[in-house]
Amino acid sequence: MLQGWLQIGLTLLLVVLITPVLGRYIARVFLAQKTRLDPLLAPVDRLLLRLIGVRSQDGMTGWQYARAIFYSNFAMALLLAILLFNQSWLPFNPTRLTSPTWDTNLHTIISFITNTNQQHYSGEVTYSYFSQFAGLGYMMFVSAATGIAVGIAFIRGLTGRPLGNFYHDLILAITRILLPLSILGAIALIAAGIPETLAGPVLVPTLEDPAVQQAIARGPVAHFEIIKELGENGGGFFAINSAHPFENPNGFTNLLETVAILAIPSALIYTYGIFANNLKQAWLVYCIPFALLVGFVVVSAIAEYNGNPIVNTALGVNQAVNLEGKEVRFGWAQSALFAVVTTGSMCGAVTGMVDSMMPLSGLVTLSNLFLQIVFGGQGTGTAYLFAYLILAVFVTGLMVGRTPEFLGRKIEKQEVVLASFLILLVHPIAILLPSAIALVFPDFQGISNPGFHGLSQVIYEYASAAANNGSGLEGLADSQPSPIALATGAIPSPTALWWNLSTSLSLLAGRYIPITALLLLADSLSRKQPVPATAGTLHTNTTLFTGITAGVIVILGALTFFPVLALGPIAEAFQLTQGMR
Amino acid sequence: MSVTREISRAIRATLVLWVLTAILYPLAMVSVGQIIFPAQANGSLLTNAQGQVIGSALIGQPFTSDRYFNSRPSTTNYSTANPQDDAARVLQTGISGASNLAPSNSALRDRILGKPAPDPKQAIVGAIPQLQTAGITPTADLVYTSGSSLDPHITPAAARAQIPRIARTRQLQPTQLEQLITQNTDDRFLGLFGEPGVNVLKLNLALDGQGGAVR
Repeated sequence: MLQGWLQIGLTLLLVVLITPVLGRYIARVFLAQKTRLDPLLAPVDRLLLRLIGVRSQDGMTGWQYARAIFYSNFAMALLLAILLFNQSWLPFNPTRLTSPTWDTNLHTIISFITNTNQQHYSGEVTYSYFSQFAGLGYMMFVSAATGIAVGIAFIRGLTGRPLGNFYHDLILAITRILLPLSILGAIALIAAGIPETLAGPVLVPTLEDPAVQQAIARGPVAHFEIIKELGENGGGFFAINSAHPFENPNGFTNLLETVAILAIPSALIYTYGIFANNLKQAWLVYCIPFALLVGFVVVSAIAEYNGNPIVNTALGVNQAVNLEGKEVRFGWAQSALFAVVTTGSMCGAVTGMVDSMMPLSGLVTLSNLFLQIVFGGQGTGTAYLFAYLILAVFVTGLMVGRTPEFLGRKIEKQEVVLASFLILLVHPIAILLPSAIALVFPDFQGISNPGFHGLSQVIYEYASAAANNGSGLEGLADSQPSPIALATGAIPSPTALWWNLSTSLSLLAGRYIPITALLLLADSLSRKQPVPATAGTLHTNTTLFTGITAGVIVILGALTFFPVLALGPIAEAFQLTQGMR
Repeated sequence: MSVTREISRAIRATLVLWVLTAILYPLAMVSVGQIIFPAQANGSLLTNAQGQVIGSALIGQPFTSDRYFNSRPSTTNYSTANPQDDAARVLQTGISGASNLAPSNSALRDRILGKPAPDPKQAIVGAIPQLQTAGITPTADLVYTSGSSLDPHITPAAARAQIPRIARTRQLQPTQLEQLITQNTDDRFLGLFGEPGVNVLKLNLALDGQGGAVR
C-alpha cells in the first residue's frame, strides 16, 4: 500500500513544483512582459489580431468582454454544427459514419463549447476523425482559452487593472500557452505509444480463435488527448476515454495526463499572486484546494484499496482492490488519484469508471462537482476561489464589525450580490431542479444501478453538466443509438432525448451565467478607488483568514448539497457494510 | 461598437483559430507521428514471421481456453466478433466499453458469485466458480471487468495463479513459464508510477513460440 501512497505523493509534488514556473510564465504573457517565445510568436499574434480586426489596446468593459464571449462562442458553435451534421460526406471518415441524431449533435455542441465535454455518445462509433479533430478538438482549444481569458480578466479586475480585450486574451491563451504545451505533450504521447494516424481501424484474427476477428480502432488520438487534459476538456476520442489503452497506455502517459490536468488551474493562483504582488496570499489560497484535493484522494484511495466487501468475502480475503471498471496498469492508487483530479478540476476525463467505484469515491467526486474549486475549471476555478474569498471577507467583516475590504477595495452590495448569486444560487438551481423533475418521472430516468446509487446517477449527471465537468456515472441511459445502430434498425429513445435536452440547459446555465457575473464583478472592483490600509483593515493574507475561507467554502458547499450526499453515496456505503441485506 | 462589427470579429476569430488549432496543429502532429514514430503512431501493431498483423501490443485479446493464459473478463469481448455473425457491426469501427455496475448492484454480485435458478438457462455461472472449476485461484483482476474492456494486462499474481494449469496442458516446466511471465511484464514507469502488468497477448504469443514484434 505504501508504494501507492508514494506515487500519489510524487505526482502531487510534481504539480506543486510546476505551479510557480507555469504561473510566472502565464503572468508574463498576460502582463505583456518579454518571454522567450516572443521572437517566434509575436509575429503570429500580430497576424492573427490583424486578421480578426482587433487592436490589442482596445480595452473592454466587463459587459463588452462578456458580449464578445457570447458572439464568438456562438459563431464557433455554429461552425461545429455545420461539421457534425455533415460528417457523412466530409473527409477523414474511414468508418463511413453518418450523422447521429439531432439531439446528440445539439448536446455535443453545447457540451463542447462550454468546456464541459459531457459525452452522450461513444466516440469511435459516432463521430468521424474529421468531426473529432476539426470539430471537437477545435472546441477544446477555444473553450479552454475562453476560460483562461475569463480567469485573467477576473484577476486583472481584482487587482485594479482594466479588464483587457477578450480577443487578444483568447489568442494569447492559445498561441502562448495551450498550443505550445500541446505540441510538446502530443509528441511525448506519440513517442509513448498513443496512435496519431488518419488510417482506419485494423482487423486481425484473434490468436485463440482465428475465425473470430478483432477490430482495433485507431485515429489521430495523441494531439487530441493532450489538449483534452491540458484544457480541462475531458472528451475522449474513444468511448471509454482515458481508460482506453490507446488514450493512456502506460504509467508515463498517465503521469503526464494527470499533471497536465492540474497544471494550468493550479498555476493561475500563482499568476494571481504576481498580478497582486502578493505571493504569500497566493500560496495561502493555494492551500485550500490543495488540502481538499489531498483529503479527497485519501478517502477515495482507501475505499478502492479495501474493495467491495461482498466480493472480498466471496474471494475469501479481507481486502482485494475494487478493480471493476479499472485497468490493471493503473490499479487503485492512480485510478483514485485520477478520479479526484479529474472531477475537482472540471476535466472530466476518466481512467476508471466512476460508476463502479466505491460509494466513498462517489462521495468525494460529487463533492468536487459541488464545490467547483478543487483547482476548478480552466480560469473559472480560480475566479470562483476568489469569489469565495470575497464572500469570506464579507462574512468575517460582519462578524467582527469591520468594513469588508479586499485588496484595498470596499466590498459593497453589488459585489456581494454577484458573488453570492453566482456561487450560492446558480449551481444548486442548475443541479437540483432538473434532478427533481427527472426523479418524479421514471420514464426520464434511465437509471441502471438501482437503489441509493440510482439517485447518485441522476444528481451526478446534472452536477457534472452544471459544473462544466463532463464525467458521468456512465451506466445512466443518456445516449441515443449510434449512427451504426440507427442504420441497423435501432430507434431513438425518449430517455436519451430528455437527458440531451435537460443537461443542455444545465450546461449553458453553469457556463454563461457565472462567467457574466464574474466579469461584472471584476469590472466593478476594477473601478473602485483603493482605500488606504488602516488599523481597522481586515488582513486577508493570514492563515486565520484562509482557514475561515476554507470553512465558508465547505459550509456553503456542504449545507446546500448534504441531503443529496446522505441519500446517495453515504446511504450506499452503509448498505454495503451491512452486507447488502 | 456596432453589432455588425462584433459579429464580423466573432466570425473572423472563429475561422482564423479554426485553421490554426483544428487543421494545422492536427496535421502537423500526424506528420510528426508518421515520420518520426511510425510504429507507435499506427497503433503498436504486432506482426508474425510472415509479416501479417496479428494484434496490438497495447490492446488485449480474449483468452478463455486452458491452453492460454486467460485474460480479464471483458464487456465487449475485446472488440471482437465473428465476421459471419456481426449484427452489431463491431468490426466496422472497433468498440470499447465497461459494465458500469455499481458495487451495490446485485447484477455485479450475480456475475461474480453466480446465481442458481430453477431454469438452467437463467442460471449464471459466476466468475469465481468458473475460475475454481478451471483450477485457478481467483484474483480480483480476473473476476472484475476492466475499464476499457481492452485491458492488455493481468496482474503478476493472476498470471502465476495460472501456471499449474498451463504447465499441465502444454507439458512445460513451471520455471519456464515463470520466466516467460517475467519477460512479458510491463513494469511501472521509472519503477514508481502505475502498476506492473503481464501483457497477456505477448505472453501467449511467446507460449506459441511466435514472438511477435512491433512492426
